Amino acid sequence: MYHKEKSIQIKSSASALYNNLSVLRIAPRCLTYFTVVHANVVNMVSASWDGLNFSHRQLQSKEGSIAASSSLIMQASWCVLPSRELLVLTSQKGIQMYESDGSIMVYWHALDTPETPTVVGVNISSAHPAQAVFARGIAAVQENFICVGVSTGFILVFDIPSKGSNIMLSEVLEEHRESITDMASECSGSLESVADLVTADDSGALCVWKSGEDFQLLNKIPGFEVCCSSVKLWKGTVAAGYGSGQIRIYEAVTGIVRAEVNAHARWIYSLDIAPFSGLLLSAAEDSLVQVWHLTVIPEANSVEIQHLYSECVTDTQICGAKFCDGEGHAFAVTGYDLSEIIRYTQE
Amino acid sequence: MERRWKVHTCATGRSLIPWRIMNDIITTMFNKKFLEELFKPQELYSKRALRTVFDRLAHASIMRLNQASMDKLYDLMTMAFKYQVLLCPRPKDMLLVTFNHMDAIRDFVRDSPSILNQVDETYRQLIEMYTPLSGGEFQLIRQTLLIFFQDMHIRVSIFLKDKVQNSNGRFVLPTSGPVPYGTQIPGLIRTFSCTGEEVNRVQFRSAGNYTAALREGSFEMHGDRVIKLGTNMYGVSRAVETHMSGTSRNSSQHTKVNTAPNPLAKKELNLLAQLMGGLDMQKPVGSDTSFRVNLFATDEEEEEALMSRPAELSYEVINIQAAKDQQTNAELARIMGEFADEGEPSATPSSKGDELLAMMDGL
Repeated sequence: MYHKEKSIQIKSSASALYNNLSVLRIAPRCLTYFTVVHANVVNMVSASWDGLNFSHRQLQSKEGSIAASSSLIMQASWCVLPSRELLVLTSQKGIQMYESDGSIMVYWHALDTPETPTVVGVNISSAHPAQAVFARGIAAVQENFICVGVSTGFILVFDIPSKGSNIMLSEVLEEHRESITDMASECSGSLESVADLVTADDSGALCVWKSGEDFQLLNKIPGFEVCCSSVKLWKGTVAAGYGSGQIRIYEAVTGIVRAEVNAHARWIYSLDIAPFSGLLLSAAEDSLVQVWHLTVIPEANSVEIQHLYSECVTDTQICGAKFCDGEGHAFAVTGYDLSEIIRYTQE
Repeated sequence: MERRWKVHTCATGRSLIPWRIMNDIITTMFNKKFLEELFKPQELYSKRALRTVFDRLAHASIMRLNQASMDKLYDLMTMAFKYQVLLCPRPKDMLLVTFNHMDAIRDFVRDSPSILNQVDETYRQLIEMYTPLSGGEFQLIRQTLLIFFQDMHIRVSIFLKDKVQNSNGRFVLPTSGPVPYGTQIPGLIRTFSCTGEEVNRVQFRSAGNYTAALREGSFEMHGDRVIKLGTNMYGVSRAVETHMSGTSRNSSQHTKVNTAPNPLAKKELNLLAQLMGGLDMQKPVGSDTSFRVNLFATDEEEEEALMSRPAELSYEVINIQAAKDQQTNAELARIMGEFADEGEPSATPSSKGDELLAMMDGL
């Protein structure tokens, strides 16, 4: 169904992080941008569609005025809003937002860090283990919001103006109890969707939201003690990938499970949906990338999923996989310790 | 190290020097203060700091290794550790792997009550701190560790022979065998109606050849861990070699994550200095009884290995200066003298923390 294309080399290897590949297609310029995180650096490469020109850029995590921080980046993702596209980086220290080509940083939000016990000789059993602090989970929502998750379970909602850097924190959603892993906004383009955003956490709990001046919680789907590492929302249907290797398909608003797929033999790291065709891409530590067909007919209350294709990237724990276009004609893959973006195209 | 001792010794029991070396190392590693420091929630040590701790542990006995053998030992340990972290079927299994290591250590010191006590205490702390963590939290720990090991592809001959590692230095990831505990064998799609009833079951063919999960290993002080990772992987009578040639090709892709001055490094190193000063040390009675270990087949090979090691892969050992009192200074200065590194100038004690970092950069 797909064959391998020429890989794109990147300046440093991909780190083992969930959803470690972001793709931005720029049709007017016949370019596609890719980002891959390596520790405290984001590798950005822009590839021309004729396959002849590549240009590279590296962005580092920042701490406000201190340059070249060693703070690890958890995720990098493009946020596409009607008026503009921003590249968002989440790290152990905070959230950075750049213009889409990575040239200018337009916003920085620092995370609060808790006090950590520093006295030597404290009895271990009474000391509270310091919680890891980081931001993770990025989604553009509706016209003017970018949402970002935090290790506490909080979700920060940022109000984004159509241009300029006057970005403001509009709301903090406190529903999740565990670290946020991933989030996704409705990508079908349909105006009929009720749910705008789904957020996922370490316990596998999923929250479904309606956006607005005040975000409204439509549903909380409880977890089952298995981490949900990647999530997508399409036609009011949630596709969730879990650490157990399972993919589950839920009705977003009701929370009803419509399908359970024993998809992978190891932890799933990435899911993606091609909104025009309903193709679903899953990738895991078991070296497999798989393509499924998700069919959702809201009028008939019908939800189905079918397995189409498997590709094995030998000896690689895959950490990122994304379709390169809205139909799913091509997809790209990253793996831990690999310094290339592997591409596949439909025959 | 255990494997090397078996090659060198004729089995007459505990009075042998190699046994004493293991004993000394384990005693140092399980020193109460040292462990307290390790168990504190903290950032990952930098590569330099970890190498320094490793060197200190390896030398906490009458054993002496020169630079080339030390580098080789560190490489072996690093690649074995990377292998174990990477291949854990599920992140929580890292704790079971840790217990495998602990079980081997406990067996070794079973007749020494004071060290045994410390080892048992460590089990208790591991259990208390780590068993409550969720799978997602274990995965975060694993992901952080994997960043530490990123881009390391040193080839180890026993791994190559066992087909556990490819000739390009990357580990083989099997696509068969039992699935991790908590995972189902891939291949089934179950569909449900909008009222929640199962309406269909479809099998699909997936790559790989998996079998059902084994039972879960024990997270208690004693028990069958089930998982085999973390048990001695070097076997008894097999040569273990590491290959540097070919790594220079990969080393151009090394991104130096820790080259920027890290304010925490200073704090780490100061504390290390304090701890080292406080460690109860075996004092060698002159160089006659020191036990020199060569991890290569001959002395010439060892010398050659040192010469041909790519510069990017040399781990600079930090000379740690005590920031505190005179007694600690004197003790550390004596320790420095015992390291017996070729041609390294003996360090003079300093009272400023800043000089620590400057020294580190200057090496």
